[in-house]
Amino acid sequence: MNFKHKYFFLFPGLFVLIGILIFPIIFVVRLSLSGWNSYNPGLDYIGLENYIRLFTDDPRFWESFFRLSFLSVTTVILQYVIGFALAHMVWKDIKFKRFFRVLFLVPMMTTPVIMTVIWRTFFHESLGPVNDMLSVFGVAPKWLTDPVIAKFTVIIVEVWQWTPFMFLLLLAGLLSLPKEPFLAAAIDGASPVRKFIYVTFPLMAPISIGAIIIRLIEASKIMDTVYVLTSGGPGTSTETSSFYIFIKGLREFQMGYAASMSFTYLIIMIISLTIIAKVLTKLLLKE
Amino acid sequence: MKIIKTCLTAVISSMMIFSPMAYADKWSDQFPHIKATGDIPGDCSYEKMSKKNYKGKTLKINTHAIPVMGEPTALHAEQFEKLTGGTVEVTHTPAGDLYSKAMVPFQAGQAPYDVVFGFSNFINDWKRYLAPVPKKYMNSPEMKDVTKSHMGVSSWDGTMYQYPVDGDRHYLKYRKDVIDNPEMQKKYKAETGKDLKVPTTWKEYGEMAKFFNGWDWDGDGELEYGSAEVMKKDDLMFAAFFSRSVAYAKNPRTPGGFFFDLETMKPNINNPGFVEALTDWVEATKYVPPGGTNFGLGDEIGSFGGGQTLFSFSWDDAFIAAMQDDSPIKNKVGAAPLPGANKVWNRVSNSWENQYNQAPYIVWGWAVGVAKKSKVKDMAFDYLCFFSNGANHQADLAIGRFGVNPFKNSDFDPNIYINSMGWDPEIANSYTKTLLDMEKSNNRVFPLRVPGVFEFTSAVATGTSKALAGQLSPQEALDEVAKEWEAIVGRVGKKAVQDAYSVGVKMEDNKL
Repeated sequence: MNFKHKYFFLFPGLFVLIGILIFPIIFVVRLSLSGWNSYNPGLDYIGLENYIRLFTDDPRFWESFFRLSFLSVTTVILQYVIGFALAHMVWKDIKFKRFFRVLFLVPMMTTPVIMTVIWRTFFHESLGPVNDMLSVFGVAPKWLTDPVIAKFTVIIVEVWQWTPFMFLLLLAGLLSLPKEPFLAAAIDGASPVRKFIYVTFPLMAPISIGAIIIRLIEASKIMDTVYVLTSGGPGTSTETSSFYIFIKGLREFQMGYAASMSFTYLIIMIISLTIIAKVLTKLLLKE
Repeated sequence: MKIIKTCLTAVISSMMIFSPMAYADKWSDQFPHIKATGDIPGDCSYEKMSKKNYKGKTLKINTHAIPVMGEPTALHAEQFEKLTGGTVEVTHTPAGDLYSKAMVPFQAGQAPYDVVFGFSNFINDWKRYLAPVPKKYMNSPEMKDVTKSHMGVSSWDGTMYQYPVDGDRHYLKYRKDVIDNPEMQKKYKAETGKDLKVPTTWKEYGEMAKFFNGWDWDGDGELEYGSAEVMKKDDLMFAAFFSRSVAYAKNPRTPGGFFFDLETMKPNINNPGFVEALTDWVEATKYVPPGGTNFGLGDEIGSFGGGQTLFSFSWDDAFIAAMQDDSPIKNKVGAAPLPGANKVWNRVSNSWENQYNQAPYIVWGWAVGVAKKSKVKDMAFDYLCFFSNGANHQADLAIGRFGVNPFKNSDFDPNIYINSMGWDPEIANSYTKTLLDMEKSNNRVFPLRVPGVFEFTSAVATGTSKALAGQLSPQEALDEVAKEWEAIVGRVGKKAVQDAYSVGVKMEDNKL
């Protein structure tokens, strides 16, 4: 058999890879060097003009990036804590274990846009049921119209929607853990808390790192929740990078500039997620 | 001569109102939507369309989500299919994505949709991809009935690219049962020392809205509020802001541009007139219902139409919703021109003129065009002509959620609303008079229709929403908008924006 034949078998995969991954990235880079917009459609060449504008004259992009960092880190931490607690709960032999396992997955199976519309109705400050119930206690939070509270409303919806994903990964991790360390801990008479701290949590560290990174990647693309719930408002208080890029690209049709923001954002995310993964590995897998 | 003209107008109006009876049985049995009038004779009536044969042809339409404009598009598509035998495929798209959904394939040289719905201010960006409306439709009696303002809004420098299906303007809606109530008038006078009347300035509007905010003034057991307004960021809020600005910033004695100084293309958006309007608007956050600063157009329609607020201003839809048979406040609302102001900014002398000023805002509205690359242009134009034929148009006008508003001269006959929709004659008269007076005004403001219009309006939405959220003061917010506008003009090219803007200025200065 001719050794070169192996390349022939690589071609189909390579073509797909070029078509769906390499070409779009190259196209975005080329687009980012053009001034394509509604009145000037086409791939003209304007050099680094878009990047210069982004780094020197667009504080809104950087504000939205720091806001995104806050929202994604907060939601992922909450999702991890709640997801781990729920997974731990149904990992043990409790009544209706199967029922709870399915129940906890329901939010993830719903369509994010539809669910956000429902949440928006819940949080509607004059017509929604949440403030109606809270009025019994004499409080009526401005869920969607206060710049600070609106951020937490976005966090609540994101945590509700995506904690099941974290739950699923962590439950799979828990179910795959070896039994021996737990038997040894039981023979030594370790309490449930000690067992969790010294056995379960360390054993779960590799899976936790993977789950956190996957969720961070997803959370950093948060768009539909913001779009439906607040449109980035009040003011720009819930505007995230992806929503801002969407506005510039598909609302204002500044395709070239939006491409430069997307590419910059991609580079920043690759660097920051690499650093986060390294830090988490160092912290959780030190032994 | 005048008598003959008057008689002729009366005869034509009577024909338009009463002639449907001849066809009422035949077509309204089959199409209950037009049961109030039956078919109305015309170039694109049910009768005429039934003689067309589009079997084997498919018309593809991109329209807004249901219900506003999306529902009548789908309904008339279904009727059109039954009448002509053709196939009509309707795609529904959220308002914010209508522009890009058509623009992306347009720029790529494709025409996935034959008919594209959007807003009339897209015209400058879209016109090179749209087919002009053919002469035979331009010369039809239905088209001759379209008001001058709306012919202008649908056209670019004399060529019509958008088929008129809707007419939009912003005006004031108020609770007539409260404002005209002697007890309320007495209470208001006793507590404020002022008369309770239809507000003619934004300051009066604010005072009354504040007074009627947060208490049950109609005795239904629920709290009511001062005003419902479109304040949600990026949800048409820029149009609401312009409605509040025209009173302070559209000075009939300083022609040559409301949004920009046409000569220099320097933005006017941060001059004291606009700042005063934004200051009023920030104040308005205190008298809107809870969550009112996150109200989009749908929320505004639901809030005022559902009887939650004393005032509202924007498109017709909230008024029509309030006057529908299922509304709790049917025949309890009134229409009036947008409030004015007791001072107006003179951008030439850089000073306030202390005299009353009011300016109607002929705001952009729904518009629809046929793609130049469409292979079924005849079918597409016939569909649009059918959409807005006499019977469909009158039936659509009566349904608030449809978003179809008056744009024909014959729409200003109050009898349509009294006879077909059961409106109180006084309300029907005030409604048609309000709309008609806007047509007659010489101090109108038209929507900004320049290349890259979305960049300009998006900058306004961002700036004003920052002021409403308390992130910036009104002056700071509008300075930011002005800076952004200057940058956009620089990117697009001063000449391109200036040339396009001059067309709008001609309309505002009554030269077109």
